[in-house]
Amino acid sequence: MIESGSIAIVGAAESTDIGVVPNVSSTGLAIDAAANALADAGLRASDIDGFTCGYFPVADMSSQLGIYPSWADNTVVGGCSWMFQLRNAMAAINAGFCTTVLIVYGESGKSTRGLTNSYDGGRPGSIGNQFDAMYGGGQPAATFTLPVLRYQQTYGLSDEDLAVGAVSQRAWAADVPRATLRELTTVEEVLSSPMVAWPIRRAMCCLVSDAGGALVVTSADRAKDMPQNPVYILGSGGALEGGLMSPAGVRDPLKPEFIRTSGNAAFSSAGITHADVDHLMIYDAFIHTPIFGLEGLGFVDYGEGGAFIADGHTAPGGSMPMNTSGGGMSYAHTGAYGMLCMLESIRQVRGDAANQVPDVTTSLCHGWGGFWSACSTFVFSNEQP
Amino acid sequence: MQGSCNQARTVCMPHPLIPVPTPETQEFWDGLTRSVFRIRECCSCGKFYFPPSPICSHCSSRDVRWVDASGKGSLYSYTIQQKPAQFWTTEGPRSVALVRLEEGPLLVSSVVNCEQTPEKLKLDMKLKATFEKFADVTVLCFEPLGETS
Repeated sequence: MIESGSIAIVGAAESTDIGVVPNVSSTGLAIDAAANALADAGLRASDIDGFTCGYFPVADMSSQLGIYPSWADNTVVGGCSWMFQLRNAMAAINAGFCTTVLIVYGESGKSTRGLTNSYDGGRPGSIGNQFDAMYGGGQPAATFTLPVLRYQQTYGLSDEDLAVGAVSQRAWAADVPRATLRELTTVEEVLSSPMVAWPIRRAMCCLVSDAGGALVVTSADRAKDMPQNPVYILGSGGALEGGLMSPAGVRDPLKPEFIRTSGNAAFSSAGITHADVDHLMIYDAFIHTPIFGLEGLGFVDYGEGGAFIADGHTAPGGSMPMNTSGGGMSYAHTGAYGMLCMLESIRQVRGDAANQVPDVTTSLCHGWGGFWSACSTFVFSNEQP
Repeated sequence: MQGSCNQARTVCMPHPLIPVPTPETQEFWDGLTRSVFRIRECCSCGKFYFPPSPICSHCSSRDVRWVDASGKGSLYSYTIQQKPAQFWTTEGPRSVALVRLEEGPLLVSSVVNCEQTPEKLKLDMKLKATFEKFADVTVLCFEPLGETS
């Protein structure tokens, strides 16, 4: 086991611009964010001896930054790839393979500049290509969302209550200058937005954005000598389940085992309970994923997540502030949101979020990958146990 | 077969939506061209699994065989896509469905020969396999049991 709090984030940054950035490629966004994270950590390229990225050949990216690492990882499981990479980096640092890791992400999802290496679950001959992609036309809004109707009918969640998730997150985004959508919205507006794949409407889907993000990770001991207040990693989890590009690969789509596996690992390795969590990020690729996350992670019982959000508990002023940047639906979502999801958790724990929640000590971040084939969970804190 | 050529790649790749069989799945695809749904059954644990592979996904046994599926199932959940892929021979909104097979596995498909509306597509409705063209490929779809031929 890696001791809780023995690894820390000492640098964290997004690309200089996010949202619509037409003149920067995926690579450009990534190296821009990487340079920002290095500056945030007060480090130089030569201080980095471990390097990870996804979708790009590792040395292509590291060499452009003048980094020549002795340890690398290129794990790709979709949107939470950088969370898996962070977990691997913890293990590598713990094992002594390297001391300081730079985790790099960039995706020109909106402008598609140089976008040659996005997540590809549909390569010819793959399971996704043969048994999934043609039915949904490769449109995640029609496949990722397949459990929604079953959930609504099983637990009696109305369209109006479902729509509240988008309204709550917009209310958070209203105070976030870098958020793409900041005008307050209503249930009526969400339910009158264009139908994409019944019962899913456009306002229930994430944005498509350009953005990059990067993290610098090292041991808590080294972190003490660095300029930023360390963000300690108290615990982490990860799990994989479905192989299809949709929830058909999840054995019980209303009670997905992989969420529980990842969440349990994060809570037990962190040595905390749900009551210790001050702030929550759950990757909202679509409006339903925070519901399933709340339930799978055990914040509420199965069937209660929809009502929990509809009752305002996750909105500004609620008992469990969630997706406080505005999330994928209002802040930004490039295609793979896991890095941006973690960065908001880290800002909240550092105390420098645009929409800072008072007195945050501990934030939990949960991300998805590959249309529910993978997930990962992190517990971040500004206090070392 | 329709395809697209991505100039960034050195070889011509098939369109990502057009299914490309592998040696491990060829029997399934060949079955569809004869309007037969071939499925894998494990001779060790007796369970069925999908998608097909040479090793049972329940018990890891290699002692598996191809059998004709009953073709029967029920509608677990669905969405209705407003702008389906152009490769379908029919136009208009189209269901994307999670179908629970009588044999156990859950798979992605589409319910056809039925009005594509929430009023007609009822969860748990009984379905049977049918076969549709997608581009030049025959793919597995489902239709309401007993309401059409």
